[in-house]
Amino acid sequence: MLAEWSFVGVFLVIALAFPPLGLVTAWLLRPKRPGPIKKSTYECGLETVGDTWVQFKVQYYIYALIFVIFDIEIAFLLPWAVAHMGLSAAQGILPLIEVVIFVGILVAGLMYAWRKGALEWI
Amino acid sequence: MADFLSQFMPAWLALIIQHVVVGAVLVVFALTNMLGITWIERKVIGRLQDRIGANRAGPFGLLQPLADMVKILTKEDITPTAASRVIYNLGPLLVVPPALLVFAVLPFGAGVSGSDLNIGLLYIFAVASTSTLGILIAGWGSNNKYSLLGAMRAVAQMVSYEVPQALSIIGIVMLSGSLSLQQIVQRQSEIGWFVLLQPLAFVIFLIAAMAEVNRTPFDLPEAESEIIAGHHTEYSGLKFGMFYLAEYINVFFISALAATLFLGGYQIPFVPANNPVHTILGPFVLIGKTFAFVFLTIWLRGTLPRVRVDHLMGFAWKALVPLCLLNIFMTAVLMPLVGLWSANLGISEAYIAIPVMLLANAVLAGLVLWWAGRSTRRRETRLAEQVVPAQ
Repeated sequence: MLAEWSFVGVFLVIALAFPPLGLVTAWLLRPKRPGPIKKSTYECGLETVGDTWVQFKVQYYIYALIFVIFDIEIAFLLPWAVAHMGLSAAQGILPLIEVVIFVGILVAGLMYAWRKGALEWI
Repeated sequence: MADFLSQFMPAWLALIIQHVVVGAVLVVFALTNMLGITWIERKVIGRLQDRIGANRAGPFGLLQPLADMVKILTKEDITPTAASRVIYNLGPLLVVPPALLVFAVLPFGAGVSGSDLNIGLLYIFAVASTSTLGILIAGWGSNNKYSLLGAMRAVAQMVSYEVPQALSIIGIVMLSGSLSLQQIVQRQSEIGWFVLLQPLAFVIFLIAAMAEVNRTPFDLPEAESEIIAGHHTEYSGLKFGMFYLAEYINVFFISALAATLFLGGYQIPFVPANNPVHTILGPFVLIGKTFAFVFLTIWLRGTLPRVRVDHLMGFAWKALVPLCLLNIFMTAVLMPLVGLWSANLGISEAYIAIPVMLLANAVLAGLVLWWAGRSTRRRETRLAEQVVPAQ
């Protein structure tokens, strides 16, 4: 068990070190001749107008909210899925009914968001 | 290897050296396959468009990926004056590590994987979802409107399709009773490949995976005809190369994951799982199956037009998520029954499970398609009635 997880730790260090090493190599090889026009924002040759860092529409965050709820649902469903075959052999249909109720509440929430138009991308 | 080395040094040092070697092998493996995929993509797309494709560097253009690599390394690196320097430079550093990290749990053969975590699948989803962060940071830091739009689209798309992707594998977790990828592959030798037991989940997984790695027809975050190149518009040189690298490594990994979860991974058909031939031939079988999926993604890219952004988001939430939930509960009801029947009748589980699940999936798919067709026709009639005649 320790060997399994220590590999993930070592691999994390390797994976994090790989892109900086590549960029250092490129830094040694590449030419450096910056200019004001080269360093301007690239918007198809037109001068950029207005501020980019604006407040994004609020509709966008509703997606994020629904996502968070369903992501947590998945985190709850995974352990149930691992145990499901054993559970239904030992306790019959009762655990399944409990999960149906749990998912049913979330599906009701999804239907509500759907009817309210929260799933429309504007 | 750690056993051999521990004769000369303390056990922990030997273990770490072994880990570093295995990790380096995995990184080199991922990079080699990424280079291979870029070549295959250029050749296949070329053929699909009635061209020859790359053919100048080396025989059949085989050295083209290396030439591209040299070119990308020697390109000037431009940081726009408007960009937020630190965030702008952090973006490419953050997209590559998640793409590499997921390789740690991929099973290449019986007992051959970087690390057989008992929560392997959860680890993959957890790590893969962090690549969203790098894309958002890149888009925001560039201070370019197209970059911001691309990054916002990418994040919305990736979080939306993560839900059906993760829900579609719950049926598999249920069938194999484990999150460890090695055990999932083992289980497929007992009960049959999961593509036969979970065909609907397979299709959903493929669609969601394609959206997750931003490939055509779901490449809206970098739709070149609308928003230049999306989140990596402002990047040049190797920083652009990092995004490119991450995208192709992701394509390779998602294909390998589809092969592992649904097509029996490293197993050769009709060869028992405990046969030692799997340790030697396993990696090659897995790579073969993986490249079948890679070819499929390239084929789709050469064939399908890009979908519209509101259709894309609606499809994930209104079609794929409900379908996934139906599939999960169908599996949850049927599989314990299959276990009971096979115990009562004395027939092997696989012979009952495959026909039952195939039939149930076909019925479910038929019902869903019928319902979708009916509701679409209804909406069209409703829209047609709303049109006011011109007067």
